[in-house]
Amino acid sequence: METAGAERAGRTAHAGHAGHAGHAGHAGHADWDGLVGAALLGTERRRGGSPRALLDEAAVQTLRRRAGLRPAQAGERPEPAPRDPRPEPPEAARRRLAQLLAGRSSGGRRGAAPDLTELLPQWLAAAVRHGYRAPAALVPALLDAARARTDLRPHALALAGSRGLWLARLNPDWRFALRGGAAGMPELPGPQDREGVERLWQEGLFAERVALLGAVRAHDPAAATALLATTWTAERAEDRLMFLDSLRVGLSGLDEPFLEAALGDRSRNVRATAAELLSALTGSALAGRMAERALACVGPEGIDPPAECDAGMLRDGVVKRPPAGRGERAWWLGQLVEAAPLSRWRERFGGLDPAAIVALPVGDGWAEELHAAWCRAAVRQRDPQWSKALLGSPSAPPAAGPGTASLAERAKLLSVLPEGERADWVAEFVRAHGLSEAFQLLGVCVVPWAGPLGRAVVDALDAAREAGGYPWSFSGVMGLAERCLDPADAARLEALTRAPADTTETSPGAAAYWEEAFQRLASTLHLRASMLAELIPPS
Amino acid sequence: MTEQGVRWTAEQVLALAPDDASRKAGGKLGGAGPWSQTGGSASGVVWGLCKGSGRTPYRTVVDLTGPAYKCSCPSRKFPCKHALGLLLLWAAEGVGVPAEAPEWAGEWLAERAARAARPAAAKPVDEEAARKRAERRAARIGAGVTELEQRLVDLLRGGLAGQEQAGYGAWEETAARMVDAQAPGLATRVRELGTIPGCGPGWPARMLEEFALLHLLDQAWLGVSGLPEQLAATVRTRVGLAPSAEGEAVRDHWLVLSQYDSVSPDGRLTTRRIWLRGLASGRPALVLDFGPPGRPPGLALPVGLVLEAEARFRPGSAGLRADLGERCAAAVPGGPAPAGVSTEAALEAYGAALREDPWLESWPVVLGPVVPVPGELGWQLADLEGTSALPVPLAGPGGGSRSGLWQLAAVSGGGPVTVFGEVGHRGFTPLTAWQPDSPEPVALV
Repeated sequence: METAGAERAGRTAHAGHAGHAGHAGHAGHADWDGLVGAALLGTERRRGGSPRALLDEAAVQTLRRRAGLRPAQAGERPEPAPRDPRPEPPEAARRRLAQLLAGRSSGGRRGAAPDLTELLPQWLAAAVRHGYRAPAALVPALLDAARARTDLRPHALALAGSRGLWLARLNPDWRFALRGGAAGMPELPGPQDREGVERLWQEGLFAERVALLGAVRAHDPAAATALLATTWTAERAEDRLMFLDSLRVGLSGLDEPFLEAALGDRSRNVRATAAELLSALTGSALAGRMAERALACVGPEGIDPPAECDAGMLRDGVVKRPPAGRGERAWWLGQLVEAAPLSRWRERFGGLDPAAIVALPVGDGWAEELHAAWCRAAVRQRDPQWSKALLGSPSAPPAAGPGTASLAERAKLLSVLPEGERADWVAEFVRAHGLSEAFQLLGVCVVPWAGPLGRAVVDALDAAREAGGYPWSFSGVMGLAERCLDPADAARLEALTRAPADTTETSPGAAAYWEEAFQRLASTLHLRASMLAELIPPS
Repeated sequence: MTEQGVRWTAEQVLALAPDDASRKAGGKLGGAGPWSQTGGSASGVVWGLCKGSGRTPYRTVVDLTGPAYKCSCPSRKFPCKHALGLLLLWAAEGVGVPAEAPEWAGEWLAERAARAARPAAAKPVDEEAARKRAERRAARIGAGVTELEQRLVDLLRGGLAGQEQAGYGAWEETAARMVDAQAPGLATRVRELGTIPGCGPGWPARMLEEFALLHLLDQAWLGVSGLPEQLAATVRTRVGLAPSAEGEAVRDHWLVLSQYDSVSPDGRLTTRRIWLRGLASGRPALVLDFGPPGRPPGLALPVGLVLEAEARFRPGSAGLRADLGERCAAAVPGGPAPAGVSTEAALEAYGAALREDPWLESWPVVLGPVVPVPGELGWQLADLEGTSALPVPLAGPGGGSRSGLWQLAAVSGGGPVTVFGEVGHRGFTPLTAWQPDSPEPVALV
């Protein structure tokens, strides 16, 4: 703000009046800086100056300045944020989000209160799914939350939308929002806008081009690979690799010619990725070549791994040098089997189904190598029948399974099964083996958990309590249950909170902790139910 | 109208929370999980049993007309997390059909009603003694004022240049003398003088301003008997005397524009400022409430609420200070955003108010439409024409709420907003904002 000159008549009226209040009416014209100078040096050093006169004069000037304030020159305004056409969530849901964001940083023992941090990601995901935008007033809190928790970022940024990016450009704390793929990106041209697509493809930043490729591909896969081919040889190796990797989504036979050509790429990584993608296309020529090789090595009569890695194998992406500690023939065999279409084995093994093939004894200690390769193939080719066969029976001890004892591998195989079968398999596993190894497997099940799975988990928690453990030994599963249990299961949990307190000597006080844990689980489920009910899709 | 008819929003409930911890704890209890036997009456009382860590659940009752709270938990927070949780539950889901209060809630309500009905015992007034007391105090203040004047004069004679090294001890002593002289208003101003030399460049000008205003107050006190009545009342209030006369009573629908707390530098007192605006009279009102350490002020009025009540304005101080009298009806969520004025008009309003109270630091205004302009050196609120702007002071109320500024920016998105705040010689401090397309206020502090 600026102080108007004393000559501004309208203003001096104010100052004069205010001055009257202090009986300092004889307003002089000494300028303010002069008064400040006199005050600093002291009136002694100024001939004829009296401190009282200085104070009188300063009082008049102070009020004159205050009463005569004028607006300052406006600075340059920020460019307005682009309009976000998405609707805001309904009022109740907006309030819920404010509450979840306010409660996100609460630490310490949680007691019986519901766990809001487990619910925030779900709220965000549901709101994104329904096509809502974040209420503007909550965008800063949302960005703060996303800053602290990277797992929240994709959904938080999607909800914050253009308003979030606009804010992030103003505040260095939120710069992370500008780094991500879609962040800060100008609107992509429509897939039909040939000129716009061409221009962005030629001139855009790498992230923009990846996004553009995805958009074009969703509309017309052949056009996307054609676009890629226009600049392919001029791209840097690491960019070629990333572009190739982005083809993973929506991979189809239409991509085969392009991938086949990429098998002759200068870069080894690009070649390997092209080969991997082709092997996932079970009808591809590469898959056929790999099948010929694999079928020659593995059959009912036994295992005969390849004796050498020839030029054809190399061109089809087989890596010649094994990692330290592994025999090269076993290494080659694994790569051949992994890339061969699983459907070809039935014929090779005289019409046996996958379960029967997997159950066959394998000689000379090749079982582990062969089964591991089949597991990788089942995941890559997303073959539920083979996945099921390799998972074996959920109630058998993990180590005795036909395919793999590794929980991570098993989780991958599970993710290939249809949702219902997946949940049933994990439910059965939990009933047989308890919860201590179930975490990763539960993580691939669809939310909310199907009835039998929910029941199995609740029963297992109850069994753990009876066995005399403490609830925090199961905090991982508890957290998952808060996010994933169907709210309909809350009633059963509440029954457990009222279970009689049995005093076990091994774990004193455990009963009360369990009661509290079950109560927290139940109230989180209630909260989750009402949270999701509030977030109705926009009309 | 009953409270059951109009539920509050969660923000309004959370605004009642005494501190952040309670806000969080209350938020967690805002679901049906821990609650049983919840209910509400037609007269605006809600109750419920909340499961805690013990065997017996806590009994929580809230009378929404106060609001007043009662809970059997041992917490000293007020309202406690259970009361907040109950209110959140009620705000989100309601508590069903109005019913009779259970016995345990009824007892407290009956007690409360009885206490309200009992008239305050009238004390016999000894006018003669009171007059003598007032005279003695005036004489003491007079002596204090004269001493203070002398101090200012001495300092100016020698020059302020040495003040940077003086530190604040020197002023603490003078402030203590003003406390002895029973002039707490002067003591506060004097104490603040000690902090000015540490404020960076421009301190001599600020110091001279404060000296001048202090001098003005000293002189005004010495001549108080000759001043017009309102100005005399202002001077007395500024010096630190309680108002002698009851002020004007204005009945109106009061819109709550802002509520925020500040803690005194020594941490011993929390002051809650509540800004109201009469919907019919257009009059601004400032209601203050105080709380000792760790206990927030009891009065809580969430932003955006409208309450019909009588406000009693204290004489002097530009007619801002008011006390809320009896409320005629329960509070209801307010209507659309109030109409705003230009940056120029806002400064004019402050200038005009200085006539009534030359010591006024700021004046409440609704500004708008304006565009927040973030800047490295400081933020501004600019008129739509884009030429005039008010700067936002770096340290706002409540310890300079940067997050409030970001919220303001987020709400605006570079476009126009309506903002309520305090405009003064340092600039405009935003307190509440409205988006153009929404009646919902966004509290920035």
